[in-house]
Amino acid sequence: MPAVPLYRLAHARSGDKGNRLNIAVVCRDERLYEPLREHLTEDFVAAVFRERRPSAVRRYELPKLRAFNFVLDDVLDGGVNGSLGLDGHGKTLSFLLLSASIALPAGLLGANEPPQPQPMPGEPR
Amino acid sequence: MAQQVWIGAAAGFAGDRADASGPLIEALARHDGPRFLIFETLAERTLALAQLDRLADPSRGEVPALKRLLMPALAPCAAAGIKIIGNFGGANPRGAAAKIRQWGRELGCPELKIAIVEGDDLRGKLTAAEFARLESDGDMLRNEPEIVAANAYLGADAIAEALARGADVVVTGRIADPALVLGPLKHSFGWADDDWDRLAAGVLAGHLLECGSQVTGGYFADPGVKDVPGMDALGYPLAEVEPDGSFVVTKPAGTGGLVDRRTVTEQILYEIHDPAAYLTPDVVLDLSEVEIAEIGPDRVSVKGARGRSRPDTLKATICIDGGLLAEAEISYAGPNAAGRAGLAIETVTKRMARQHPELQIRSDLIGSVSVFGDSAGSMLTAATPASGGTDLRVRFAAETTDRAAAECLLDEVEALYCAGPAGGGGVRKRLTPRLRSTSCLIARDLVSPQISMLEAQ
Repeated sequence: MPAVPLYRLAHARSGDKGNRLNIAVVCRDERLYEPLREHLTEDFVAAVFRERRPSAVRRYELPKLRAFNFVLDDVLDGGVNGSLGLDGHGKTLSFLLLSASIALPAGLLGANEPPQPQPMPGEPR
Repeated sequence: MAQQVWIGAAAGFAGDRADASGPLIEALARHDGPRFLIFETLAERTLALAQLDRLADPSRGEVPALKRLLMPALAPCAAAGIKIIGNFGGANPRGAAAKIRQWGRELGCPELKIAIVEGDDLRGKLTAAEFARLESDGDMLRNEPEIVAANAYLGADAIAEALARGADVVVTGRIADPALVLGPLKHSFGWADDDWDRLAAGVLAGHLLECGSQVTGGYFADPGVKDVPGMDALGYPLAEVEPDGSFVVTKPAGTGGLVDRRTVTEQILYEIHDPAAYLTPDVVLDLSEVEIAEIGPDRVSVKGARGRSRPDTLKATICIDGGLLAEAEISYAGPNAAGRAGLAIETVTKRMARQHPELQIRSDLIGSVSVFGDSAGSMLTAATPASGGTDLRVRFAAETTDRAAAECLLDEVEALYCAGPAGGGGVRKRLTPRLRSTSCLIARDLVSPQISMLEAQ
């Protein structure tokens, strides 16, 4: 199965409450919901965030919204009022998840595949 | 009973754009019936900062952005009969109300009827030991530290009651953010206290509006992938709500931004944990069966919210002193920038370990590994110096109650100018007082919302 960045299959938004992060992952196409339900698992997300040592990762399924809600406990270094990092909210972390590559059956990336964004100026090509 | 209610959201946080209200007010003014403009301005820490302001000067304690956000809206709302509701009272809703009345007079508005919602402040109602026992999110209060602010999230009834008394402006402190929308809906439609599905629908409308432009193209744009027109003039959201609780999210004509299936879906799940159980003071919202549909340009209909009986407890946010955050940065660029940046990190880390071994110091390599990195530095260690960036900024950060230790870190980073690796420049350093926050669950009977009208004067 070819591996593609999740970024090409879904869009996402981070939110925080204290030291808990949620990431809403929304399929770009309704046909991607079932394959992602199978492959975008709690274990997959926990592995992407392994350096932050989540104490729990839960996935909630929202088929009517073609979306999943991931909730990661204790990954924000204490949260916005306690973290030593620049982004204590974890607002940037939806893109950490989206940058992970995921293996899906061939043929799912068809005409609806979003365009690849151009590299930013100065970015290694 | 109203046939349709229009609500606009002009601010999603205290730092929001002050010119957002103009197009919303123009759009609301073209309609008849109940129309409201809400301002959400209280992040967890904002109220504690306001509390410190009030301790320094009893006439202060409102959200500092109050004047900046409200001044452009006050006269046009009064002229069009649009009611204003905001949690911009912060730690001093009564003081804020007095200021709003004064500004209204200066602007030549007819005398405004201003309602004040109080009763969220829990200091003095519980002992430090009781707060510690009720903490629901960690154990920050275990050693009974001094509490800077402790505020319960009030529900929508306080706002509905204020509107029933004829308020033109409702000023609150801490209140559940969606209640800023559910309150006027309860008032306008006369929804019962146990009409759970309608209350849930109102909470969902509030949840979608309370972050302002986050549902109209803010926090969303990704050029080439999720394009948003007119980011420099984003329209803020409007909800058209029906008596059954279904509603349409849209934005004023002629503004930038967009409202579509994707912006609404992202915001429905923003800061949600279990989508089947979003707890608010008024109802438990279940999002599982919510359906959305694009019914026109920048128009998305939302229906299917379900509700269950409200929780027995109210959430409260508690803030305590959090010491000092020390931050300092220095840049390295050009050939072997990553090698020199790595040497800077090693040098400061070694010297700090000799002088203040108790201090935990975080290092970031901005341009290579920073916001994605963990505080233990494992991602950074893996990246340096192989990252190969040629324009890098090293950032050091530590938190402490020991001012001397904090200043020592800043001095050590500045010393890199002369005693550090080649070509280090652009040192900036900063000490910021911190407030830490946690949550408690409080029995409802300990919290009594008080609604009053600002007396004529």
